Amino acid sequence: MTALDLSPAPAPAPAAKRIVRHGLIEARLLIRNSEELLLALVIPLAILVAGRFADAAISNSPIASLDLLGPSVLALAVWSSAFTSTAITTAFERRYGVLERLATTPLGRPGLLAGKALALIMIMLGQLVILTAAALGLGWRPEFTVLSALLAVLIVILATATFVCLALLLAGRLRAESVLGLANLIYVILLVGGGLIIPVARYPAALRPVIEALPTAALGEGLRAAAHGQVLGWPVLVLLAWLVAAGLAAWKGFRWTS
Amino acid sequence: MPSPDSAVRVADLVVRFGHRIVLDGLSLEAETGALTAVLGPNGAGKTTLIRCCTDLIRPASGTVAVLGSSVDSPQLSGRIGLMPQSAGSWSGIKTIELLRYLAGLYANPLPVPALIERLGLSDCAKTPYRRLSGGQQQAVNLAGALVGRPELVFLDEPTAGMDPHARRATWLLLRELRANGVTMLLTTHAMDEAEALADQVFIVDHGKVTISGTVRQLTKSGGTLETVFLNHTSARAAS
Repeated sequence: MTALDLSPAPAPAPAAKRIVRHGLIEARLLIRNSEELLLALVIPLAILVAGRFADAAISNSPIASLDLLGPSVLALAVWSSAFTSTAITTAFERRYGVLERLATTPLGRPGLLAGKALALIMIMLGQLVILTAAALGLGWRPEFTVLSALLAVLIVILATATFVCLALLLAGRLRAESVLGLANLIYVILLVGGGLIIPVARYPAALRPVIEALPTAALGEGLRAAAHGQVLGWPVLVLLAWLVAAGLAAWKGFRWTS
Repeated sequence: MPSPDSAVRVADLVVRFGHRIVLDGLSLEAETGALTAVLGPNGAGKTTLIRCCTDLIRPASGTVAVLGSSVDSPQLSGRIGLMPQSAGSWSGIKTIELLRYLAGLYANPLPVPALIERLGLSDCAKTPYRRLSGGQQQAVNLAGALVGRPELVFLDEPTAGMDPHARRATWLLLRELRANGVTMLLTTHAMDEAEALADQVFIVDHGKVTISGTVRQLTKSGGTLETVFLNHTSARAAS
Protein backbone atom coordinates (compact mmCIF):
# COMPACT_ATOMS: atom_id res chain seq x y z
CA MET A 1 0.00 0.00 0.00
CA THR A 2 1.35 3.45 -0.94
CA ALA A 3 2.12 5.59 2.13
CA LEU A 4 0.16 8.81 2.36
CA ASP A 5 1.60 11.98 3.82
CA LEU A 6 -1.35 13.07 5.93
CA SER A 7 0.32 16.15 7.40
CA PRO A 8 -1.58 19.38 6.73
CA ALA A 9 -0.46 21.33 3.66
CA PRO A 10 -3.48 23.39 2.72
CA ALA A 11 -3.21 25.73 -0.23
CA PRO A 12 -5.82 26.65 -2.81
CA ALA A 13 -5.24 26.22 -6.54
CA PRO A 14 -5.36 29.47 -8.57
CA ALA A 15 -8.88 30.90 -8.79
CA ALA A 16 -9.15 30.65 -12.58
CA LYS A 17 -8.12 26.98 -12.51
CA ARG A 18 -10.73 26.21 -9.84
CA ILE A 19 -13.52 27.86 -11.82
CA VAL A 20 -12.55 26.16 -15.09
CA ARG A 21 -12.38 22.77 -13.37
CA HIS A 22 -15.82 23.29 -11.91
CA GLY A 23 -17.27 24.47 -15.21
CA LEU A 24 -15.84 21.44 -17.02
CA ILE A 25 -17.06 18.85 -14.48
CA GLU A 26 -20.53 20.34 -14.31
CA ALA A 27 -20.84 20.56 -18.10
CA ARG A 28 -19.64 16.94 -18.42
CA LEU A 29 -22.20 15.73 -15.86
CA LEU A 30 -24.98 17.66 -17.62
CA ILE A 31 -24.11 16.19 -21.02
CA ARG A 32 -24.09 12.70 -19.50
CA ASN A 33 -27.62 13.14 -18.18
CA SER A 34 -30.17 11.92 -20.73
CA GLU A 35 -33.00 14.01 -19.23
CA GLU A 36 -30.90 17.13 -19.68
CA LEU A 37 -30.21 16.20 -23.30
CA LEU A 38 -33.94 15.73 -23.86
CA LEU A 39 -34.60 19.25 -22.61
CA ALA A 40 -31.58 20.85 -24.21
CA LEU A 41 -31.66 19.35 -27.68
CA VAL A 42 -34.25 16.67 -28.40
CA ILE A 43 -37.37 18.74 -27.66
CA PRO A 44 -36.15 21.90 -29.50
CA LEU A 45 -35.03 19.79 -32.49
CA ALA A 46 -38.34 17.92 -32.51
CA ILE A 47 -40.27 21.21 -32.50
CA LEU A 48 -38.07 22.56 -35.29
CA VAL A 49 -38.47 19.49 -37.50
CA ALA A 50 -42.17 19.06 -36.72
CA GLY A 51 -42.80 22.74 -37.41
CA ARG A 52 -40.90 22.55 -40.69
CA PHE A 53 -42.65 19.47 -42.03
CA ALA A 54 -46.02 19.41 -40.33
CA ASP A 55 -46.52 23.15 -40.67
CA ALA A 56 -49.58 22.95 -38.54
CA ALA A 57 -50.44 25.63 -36.06
CA ILE A 58 -47.85 28.26 -36.71
CA SER A 59 -47.99 29.08 -40.40
CA ASN A 60 -49.37 27.98 -43.74
CA SER A 61 -45.97 28.03 -45.42
CA PRO A 62 -43.07 25.86 -44.27
CA ILE A 63 -40.50 28.55 -45.02
CA ALA A 64 -42.55 31.22 -43.26
CA SER A 65 -42.91 28.91 -40.26
CA LEU A 66 -39.13 28.51 -40.14
CA ASP A 67 -38.79 32.29 -40.02
CA LEU A 68 -40.63 32.08 -36.73
CA LEU A 69 -39.43 28.69 -35.57
CA GLY A 70 -35.71 29.35 -36.02
CA PRO A 71 -35.42 32.13 -33.43
CA SER A 72 -38.23 30.63 -31.32
CA VAL A 73 -36.37 27.36 -30.91
CA LEU A 74 -33.20 29.23 -29.94
CA ALA A 75 -35.26 31.04 -27.30
CA LEU A 76 -36.59 27.67 -26.10
CA ALA A 77 -33.04 26.35 -25.76
CA VAL A 78 -32.09 29.31 -23.57
CA TRP A 79 -35.24 28.80 -21.48
CA SER A 80 -34.69 25.07 -20.99
CA SER A 81 -31.02 25.31 -20.01
CA ALA A 82 -31.02 28.52 -18.01
CA PHE A 83 -34.24 27.86 -16.09
CA THR A 84 -35.40 24.24 -16.02
CA SER A 85 -32.05 22.52 -16.12
CA THR A 86 -30.41 24.94 -13.67
CA ALA A 87 -33.31 24.69 -11.20
CA ILE A 88 -33.38 20.88 -11.16
CA THR A 89 -29.61 20.44 -11.09
CA THR A 90 -29.09 22.98 -8.31
CA ALA A 91 -31.97 21.63 -6.23
CA PHE A 92 -30.43 18.16 -6.23
CA GLU A 93 -26.96 19.57 -5.56
CA ARG A 94 -28.43 21.28 -2.52
CA ARG A 95 -30.23 18.16 -1.38
CA TYR A 96 -27.18 15.89 -1.85
CA GLY A 97 -24.92 18.28 0.06
CA VAL A 98 -22.80 19.14 -3.00
CA LEU A 99 -23.28 22.87 -2.41
CA GLU A 100 -22.49 22.41 1.27
CA ARG A 101 -19.24 20.60 0.52
CA LEU A 102 -18.09 22.88 -2.29
CA ALA A 103 -18.86 26.07 -0.38
CA THR A 104 -16.20 25.03 2.15
CA THR A 105 -13.55 24.17 -0.46
CA PRO A 106 -11.29 26.86 -1.98
CA LEU A 107 -13.87 27.11 -4.80
CA GLY A 108 -16.18 28.88 -2.32
CA ARG A 109 -19.56 30.35 -3.14
CA PRO A 110 -18.43 32.95 -5.70
CA GLY A 111 -16.30 30.34 -7.49
CA LEU A 112 -19.16 27.87 -7.46
CA LEU A 113 -21.48 30.42 -9.07
CA ALA A 114 -18.81 31.39 -11.62
CA GLY A 115 -18.16 27.73 -12.42
CA LYS A 116 -21.88 27.06 -12.85
CA ALA A 117 -22.12 30.07 -15.16
CA LEU A 118 -19.20 28.74 -17.20
CA ALA A 119 -20.85 25.31 -17.51
CA LEU A 120 -24.11 26.92 -18.58
CA ILE A 121 -22.35 29.07 -21.20
CA MET A 122 -20.61 26.00 -22.64
CA ILE A 123 -23.86 24.02 -22.78
CA MET A 124 -25.84 26.89 -24.28
CA LEU A 125 -23.21 27.66 -26.91
CA GLY A 126 -23.31 24.00 -27.96
CA GLN A 127 -27.11 24.08 -28.07
CA LEU A 128 -27.27 27.32 -30.06
CA VAL A 129 -24.68 26.11 -32.60
CA ILE A 130 -26.42 22.75 -33.14
CA LEU A 131 -29.93 24.23 -33.32
CA THR A 132 -28.86 27.10 -35.59
CA ALA A 133 -27.11 24.64 -37.92
CA ALA A 134 -30.21 22.41 -37.95
CA ALA A 135 -32.52 25.36 -38.67
CA LEU A 136 -30.26 26.62 -41.45
CA GLY A 137 -30.11 23.12 -42.88
CA LEU A 138 -33.91 22.96 -42.91
CA GLY A 139 -34.09 26.23 -44.84
CA TRP A 140 -34.12 29.05 -42.25
CA ARG A 141 -32.68 32.23 -43.73
CA PRO A 142 -32.40 34.84 -40.95
CA GLU A 143 -32.04 38.53 -41.83
CA PHE A 144 -29.98 39.78 -38.90
CA THR A 145 -28.42 43.22 -39.16
CA VAL A 146 -25.38 44.12 -37.09
CA LEU A 147 -27.55 46.11 -34.69
CA SER A 148 -30.28 43.48 -34.41
CA ALA A 149 -27.67 40.74 -33.88
CA LEU A 150 -26.05 42.72 -31.07
CA LEU A 151 -29.45 43.27 -29.51
CA ALA A 152 -30.20 39.56 -29.81
CA VAL A 153 -26.99 38.78 -27.92
CA LEU A 154 -27.93 41.30 -25.21
CA ILE A 155 -31.42 39.80 -24.93
CA VAL A 156 -30.02 36.27 -24.62
CA ILE A 157 -27.61 37.42 -21.88
CA LEU A 158 -30.33 39.24 -19.93
CA ALA A 159 -32.78 36.37 -20.33
CA THR A 160 -30.18 33.82 -19.25
CA ALA A 161 -29.31 35.81 -16.12
CA THR A 162 -33.00 36.29 -15.30
CA PHE A 163 -33.88 32.62 -15.77
CA VAL A 164 -30.87 31.50 -13.69
CA CYS A 165 -31.92 33.80 -10.82
CA LEU A 166 -35.48 32.42 -10.96
CA ALA A 167 -34.08 28.88 -11.06
CA LEU A 168 -31.85 29.51 -8.04
CA LEU A 169 -34.77 30.99 -6.13
CA LEU A 170 -36.79 27.84 -6.77
CA ALA A 171 -33.87 25.49 -6.09
CA GLY A 172 -32.84 27.32 -2.94
CA ARG A 173 -36.24 27.27 -1.26
CA LEU A 174 -38.09 24.06 -2.18
CA ARG A 175 -37.42 20.35 -1.80
CA ALA A 176 -35.62 18.79 -4.78
CA GLU A 177 -38.61 16.60 -5.73
CA SER A 178 -40.90 19.63 -5.70
CA VAL A 179 -38.45 21.57 -7.87
CA LEU A 180 -38.29 18.67 -10.32
CA GLY A 181 -42.05 18.70 -10.79
CA LEU A 182 -42.56 22.45 -10.63
CA ALA A 183 -39.68 23.40 -12.96
CA ASN A 184 -40.93 20.97 -15.60
CA LEU A 185 -44.49 22.25 -15.20
CA ILE A 186 -43.42 25.89 -15.54
CA TYR A 187 -41.27 24.90 -18.53
CA VAL A 188 -44.26 23.42 -20.36
CA ILE A 189 -46.73 26.15 -19.35
CA LEU A 190 -44.48 28.98 -20.53
CA LEU A 191 -43.37 27.03 -23.60
CA VAL A 192 -47.01 26.95 -24.70
CA GLY A 193 -48.42 30.08 -23.06
CA GLY A 194 -45.42 32.31 -22.47
CA GLY A 195 -44.81 33.77 -25.91
CA LEU A 196 -41.68 31.69 -26.29
CA ILE A 197 -42.57 29.64 -29.38
CA ILE A 198 -45.88 31.19 -30.38
CA PRO A 199 -45.73 34.93 -31.23
CA VAL A 200 -47.62 37.15 -28.79
CA ALA A 201 -49.84 38.45 -31.63
CA ARG A 202 -51.43 34.98 -31.94
CA TYR A 203 -52.76 34.94 -28.37
CA PRO A 204 -56.20 36.37 -27.52
CA ALA A 205 -56.08 40.18 -27.34
CA ALA A 206 -57.05 40.24 -23.67
CA LEU A 207 -54.05 38.08 -22.73
CA ARG A 208 -51.42 39.90 -24.78
CA PRO A 209 -50.47 42.60 -22.21
CA VAL A 210 -49.96 39.91 -19.57
CA ILE A 211 -47.93 37.69 -21.88
CA GLU A 212 -45.79 40.60 -23.06
CA ALA A 213 -44.80 41.23 -19.46
CA LEU A 214 -43.31 37.72 -19.15
CA PRO A 215 -39.54 37.25 -19.56
CA THR A 216 -40.14 34.30 -21.89
CA ALA A 217 -42.18 36.50 -24.25
CA ALA A 218 -39.51 39.21 -24.11
CA LEU A 219 -36.92 36.63 -25.15
CA GLY A 220 -39.08 35.05 -27.87
CA GLU A 221 -40.32 38.31 -29.35
CA GLY A 222 -36.90 39.94 -29.12
CA LEU A 223 -35.17 37.10 -30.99
CA ARG A 224 -37.91 36.80 -33.63
CA ALA A 225 -37.73 40.54 -34.31
CA ALA A 226 -33.92 40.52 -34.38
CA ALA A 227 -33.90 37.61 -36.85
CA HIS A 228 -35.97 39.82 -39.16
CA GLY A 229 -33.53 42.70 -38.75
CA GLN A 230 -35.84 44.64 -36.43
CA VAL A 231 -34.73 46.25 -33.18
CA LEU A 232 -37.24 46.11 -30.31
CA GLY A 233 -36.57 48.00 -27.09
CA TRP A 234 -39.37 46.74 -24.86
CA PRO A 235 -38.01 43.18 -24.42
CA VAL A 236 -34.81 44.64 -22.97
CA LEU A 237 -36.81 46.73 -20.48
CA VAL A 238 -39.01 43.78 -19.48
CA LEU A 239 -35.98 41.55 -18.98
CA LEU A 240 -34.13 44.21 -16.97
CA ALA A 241 -37.10 44.59 -14.62
CA TRP A 242 -37.34 40.80 -14.17
CA LEU A 243 -33.60 40.50 -13.66
CA VAL A 244 -33.55 43.07 -10.86
CA ALA A 245 -36.53 41.49 -9.11
CA ALA A 246 -35.37 37.88 -9.58
CA GLY A 247 -31.79 38.75 -8.67
CA LEU A 248 -32.81 40.37 -5.39
CA ALA A 249 -35.18 37.52 -4.55
CA ALA A 250 -32.51 34.88 -5.27
CA TRP A 251 -29.90 36.82 -3.27
CA LYS A 252 -32.19 36.98 -0.25
CA GLY A 253 -33.93 33.64 -0.61
CA PHE A 254 -31.27 31.15 -1.68
CA ARG A 255 -30.26 28.56 0.91
CA TRP A 256 -27.11 26.50 0.47
CA THR A 257 -28.21 23.64 2.71
CA SER A 258 -31.35 21.52 2.70
CA MET B 1 -11.25 30.80 30.00
CA PRO B 2 -10.63 30.54 26.23
CA SER B 3 -7.54 28.51 25.42
CA PRO B 4 -4.96 30.04 23.05
CA ASP B 5 -4.62 26.57 21.49
CA SER B 6 -8.22 26.32 20.34
CA ALA B 7 -8.74 25.59 16.64
CA VAL B 8 -12.49 26.11 17.03
CA ARG B 9 -13.95 28.53 19.53
CA VAL B 10 -17.73 28.79 19.80
CA ALA B 11 -19.32 31.10 22.37
CA ASP B 12 -23.00 31.56 23.27
CA LEU B 13 -24.20 30.48 19.84
CA VAL B 14 -27.90 30.93 19.15
CA VAL B 15 -29.57 29.71 15.94
CA ARG B 16 -33.30 29.86 15.27
CA PHE B 17 -35.19 28.31 12.35
CA GLY B 18 -38.42 30.28 12.43
CA HIS B 19 -39.69 30.02 15.98
CA ARG B 20 -37.68 26.89 16.73
CA ILE B 21 -34.47 27.38 18.70
CA VAL B 22 -31.86 24.94 17.35
CA LEU B 23 -28.79 26.22 19.18
CA ASP B 24 -29.49 27.81 22.53
CA GLY B 25 -26.33 29.49 23.77
CA LEU B 26 -23.96 26.67 22.83
CA SER B 27 -20.30 27.14 23.77
CA LEU B 28 -17.36 24.83 23.16
CA GLU B 29 -13.70 24.81 22.21
CA ALA B 30 -11.83 22.25 20.12
CA GLU B 31 -8.13 22.10 20.84
CA THR B 32 -5.60 22.30 18.01
CA GLY B 33 -4.27 18.88 17.03
CA ALA B 34 -6.91 17.04 19.05
CA LEU B 35 -9.99 15.05 18.12
CA THR B 36 -13.10 16.54 19.66
CA ALA B 37 -16.35 14.58 19.65
CA VAL B 38 -19.77 16.19 19.87
CA LEU B 39 -22.39 13.71 21.03
CA GLY B 40 -26.10 14.32 21.08
CA PRO B 41 -29.46 12.84 20.17
CA ASN B 42 -31.07 13.54 16.80
CA GLY B 43 -32.06 17.17 16.55
CA ALA B 44 -29.70 18.29 19.30
CA GLY B 45 -28.02 20.79 16.98
CA LYS B 46 -24.79 18.96 16.01
CA THR B 47 -25.08 19.48 12.25
CA THR B 48 -26.19 23.08 12.75
CA LEU B 49 -23.08 23.64 14.87
CA ILE B 50 -20.85 22.39 12.02
CA ARG B 51 -22.74 24.53 9.52
CA CYS B 52 -22.13 27.61 11.68
CA CYS B 53 -18.43 26.73 11.84
CA THR B 54 -18.28 26.43 8.03
CA ASP B 55 -20.25 29.65 7.41
CA LEU B 56 -23.23 27.84 5.92
CA ILE B 57 -25.57 29.19 8.59
CA ARG B 58 -25.38 32.62 10.17
CA PRO B 59 -26.26 32.51 13.88
CA ALA B 60 -28.72 34.93 15.44
CA SER B 61 -26.11 35.71 18.11
CA GLY B 62 -22.88 34.42 19.54
CA THR B 63 -19.42 34.08 18.05
CA VAL B 64 -17.49 31.44 16.13
CA ALA B 65 -13.75 31.58 15.47
CA VAL B 66 -12.05 28.93 13.36
CA LEU B 67 -8.25 28.65 13.16
CA GLY B 68 -8.08 32.11 14.71
CA SER B 69 -10.26 33.75 12.06
CA SER B 70 -13.91 34.56 11.66
CA VAL B 71 -15.74 31.91 9.64
CA ASP B 72 -16.14 34.13 6.56
CA SER B 73 -12.46 35.04 6.41
CA PRO B 74 -10.62 34.42 3.11
CA GLN B 75 -7.71 33.31 5.32
CA LEU B 76 -9.54 30.01 5.80
CA SER B 77 -9.63 29.13 2.09
CA GLY B 78 -8.54 25.51 1.71
CA ARG B 79 -7.60 25.05 5.36
CA ILE B 80 -10.83 23.29 6.32
CA GLY B 81 -12.17 19.93 5.20
CA LEU B 82 -15.84 19.03 5.55
CA MET B 83 -17.49 15.65 5.46
CA PRO B 84 -21.19 16.51 5.41
CA GLN B 85 -23.80 14.14 6.74
CA SER B 86 -25.56 13.99 3.37
CA ALA B 87 -23.85 12.61 0.29
CA GLY B 88 -21.80 15.65 -0.64
CA SER B 89 -21.56 14.37 -4.19
CA TRP B 90 -23.33 14.38 -7.53
CA SER B 91 -25.13 11.07 -7.96
CA GLY B 92 -23.77 10.31 -11.42
CA ILE B 93 -20.09 11.10 -10.87
CA LYS B 94 -17.49 8.33 -10.62
CA THR B 95 -15.40 8.04 -7.44
CA ILE B 96 -12.12 8.83 -9.17
CA GLU B 97 -13.68 11.64 -11.15
CA LEU B 98 -15.04 13.32 -8.00
CA LEU B 99 -11.78 13.01 -6.11
CA ARG B 100 -9.68 14.26 -9.06
CA TYR B 101 -12.03 17.23 -9.41
CA LEU B 102 -11.79 18.05 -5.68
CA ALA B 103 -8.01 17.56 -5.72
CA GLY B 104 -7.81 20.07 -8.57
CA LEU B 105 -9.17 22.79 -6.31
CA TYR B 106 -6.01 22.59 -4.17
CA ALA B 107 -2.35 23.33 -4.83
CA ASN B 108 -0.92 20.41 -2.79
CA PRO B 109 -3.57 17.68 -2.75
CA LEU B 110 -3.06 14.11 -1.62
CA PRO B 111 -2.36 11.79 -4.56
CA VAL B 112 -5.79 10.52 -5.58
CA PRO B 113 -4.82 6.91 -6.50
CA ALA B 114 -3.07 6.45 -3.15
CA LEU B 115 -6.00 7.96 -1.27
CA ILE B 116 -8.41 5.65 -3.10
CA GLU B 117 -6.23 2.67 -2.23
CA ARG B 118 -5.92 3.76 1.41
CA LEU B 119 -9.69 3.97 1.81
CA GLY B 120 -10.31 0.62 0.11
CA LEU B 121 -12.05 2.17 -2.87
CA SER B 122 -9.88 0.72 -5.65
CA ASP B 123 -12.57 -1.72 -6.80
CA CYS B 124 -15.18 1.00 -7.16
CA ALA B 125 -13.00 3.85 -8.46
CA LYS B 126 -14.95 3.93 -11.71
CA THR B 127 -18.37 3.28 -10.19
CA PRO B 128 -20.91 6.12 -10.20
CA TYR B 129 -21.55 7.45 -6.71
CA ARG B 130 -25.22 6.39 -6.67
CA ARG B 131 -24.24 2.75 -7.21
CA LEU B 132 -21.87 2.63 -4.24
CA SER B 133 -22.91 0.98 -0.97
CA GLY B 134 -23.62 3.24 2.01
CA GLY B 135 -20.23 2.46 3.53
CA GLN B 136 -18.41 3.13 0.25
CA GLN B 137 -20.23 6.44 -0.12
CA GLN B 138 -19.09 7.40 3.38
CA ALA B 139 -15.51 6.47 2.48
CA VAL B 140 -15.68 8.65 -0.65
CA ASN B 141 -17.07 11.51 1.43
CA LEU B 142 -14.23 11.13 3.89
CA ALA B 143 -11.70 11.10 1.05
CA GLY B 144 -13.26 14.28 -0.31
CA ALA B 145 -12.81 15.98 3.07
CA LEU B 146 -9.14 14.96 3.29
CA VAL B 147 -7.89 15.32 -0.29
CA GLY B 148 -6.88 18.97 0.15
CA ARG B 149 -4.66 18.18 3.18
CA PRO B 150 -6.61 20.43 5.57
CA GLU B 151 -5.52 21.61 9.02
CA LEU B 152 -9.00 21.17 10.45
CA VAL B 153 -11.65 18.63 9.44
CA PHE B 154 -15.33 18.65 10.38
CA LEU B 155 -16.78 15.13 10.24
CA ASP B 156 -20.55 14.82 10.54
CA GLU B 157 -21.21 11.22 11.62
CA PRO B 158 -18.28 9.87 9.61
CA THR B 159 -18.85 6.15 10.14
CA ALA B 160 -22.65 6.02 9.83
CA GLY B 161 -23.53 3.15 7.50
CA MET B 162 -20.08 1.54 7.61
CA ASP B 163 -19.56 -2.13 8.46
CA PRO B 164 -17.33 -2.93 11.48
CA HIS B 165 -14.22 -3.48 9.29
CA ALA B 166 -14.67 -0.15 7.53
CA ARG B 167 -15.34 1.60 10.85
CA ARG B 168 -12.11 0.26 12.34
CA ALA B 169 -10.17 1.25 9.21
CA THR B 170 -11.65 4.74 9.44
CA TRP B 171 -10.77 5.01 13.13
CA LEU B 172 -7.19 4.03 12.26
CA LEU B 173 -7.06 6.72 9.59
CA LEU B 174 -8.44 9.36 11.98
CA ARG B 175 -5.78 8.42 14.55
CA GLU B 176 -3.10 8.79 11.86
CA LEU B 177 -4.46 12.19 10.93
CA ARG B 178 -4.31 13.29 14.55
CA ALA B 179 -0.75 11.97 14.84
CA ASN B 180 0.09 14.13 11.82
CA GLY B 181 -1.28 17.24 13.51
CA VAL B 182 -4.72 17.48 11.89
CA THR B 183 -7.43 18.87 14.17
CA MET B 184 -10.79 17.08 13.95
CA LEU B 185 -14.25 17.84 15.23
CA LEU B 186 -16.66 14.99 14.71
CA THR B 187 -20.27 14.37 15.58
CA THR B 188 -21.47 10.89 16.37
CA HIS B 189 -24.17 8.84 18.02
CA ALA B 190 -21.75 5.99 18.60
CA MET B 191 -20.43 5.92 22.17
CA ASP B 192 -17.75 3.38 21.27
CA GLU B 193 -16.47 5.74 18.58
CA ALA B 194 -16.17 8.61 21.02
CA GLU B 195 -14.52 6.34 23.61
CA ALA B 196 -12.04 5.02 21.06
CA LEU B 197 -11.09 8.31 19.46
CA ALA B 198 -11.98 11.45 21.36
CA ASP B 199 -9.56 13.57 23.32
CA GLN B 200 -12.46 15.71 24.48
CA VAL B 201 -16.20 15.02 24.47
CA PHE B 202 -19.06 17.53 24.48
CA ILE B 203 -22.56 16.17 25.06
CA VAL B 204 -25.17 18.40 23.50
CA ASP B 205 -28.91 18.45 24.11
CA HIS B 206 -31.55 20.95 23.02
CA GLY B 207 -28.91 23.17 21.46
CA LYS B 208 -26.57 23.53 24.42
CA VAL B 209 -23.69 21.64 25.99
CA THR B 210 -24.92 19.72 29.02
CA ILE B 211 -21.57 18.22 30.07
CA SER B 212 -18.03 18.02 28.71
CA GLY B 213 -14.68 16.50 29.52
CA THR B 214 -12.39 13.67 28.58
CA VAL B 215 -13.93 10.20 28.50
CA ARG B 216 -12.05 9.39 31.70
CA GLN B 217 -13.38 12.50 33.46
CA LEU B 218 -16.93 11.82 32.33
CA THR B 219 -16.88 8.19 33.45
CA LYS B 220 -14.86 8.57 36.64
CA SER B 221 -17.87 7.81 38.85
CA GLY B 222 -18.04 4.31 37.37
CA GLY B 223 -20.68 4.60 34.67
CA THR B 224 -20.15 4.13 30.96
CA LEU B 225 -20.13 6.98 28.47
CA GLU B 226 -23.56 5.79 27.35
CA THR B 227 -24.87 6.17 30.91
CA VAL B 228 -23.46 9.69 31.04
CA PHE B 229 -25.07 10.41 27.66
CA LEU B 230 -28.46 9.09 28.80
CA ASN B 231 -28.29 11.06 32.03
CA HIS B 232 -27.47 14.34 30.27
CA THR B 233 -29.77 14.18 27.25
CA SER B 234 -33.49 13.83 26.81
CA ALA B 235 -35.29 11.32 24.60
CA ARG B 236 -37.08 13.02 21.74
CA ALA B 237 -38.03 12.42 18.17
CA ALA B 238 -35.60 13.32 15.41
CA SER B 239 -36.18 16.74 13.95
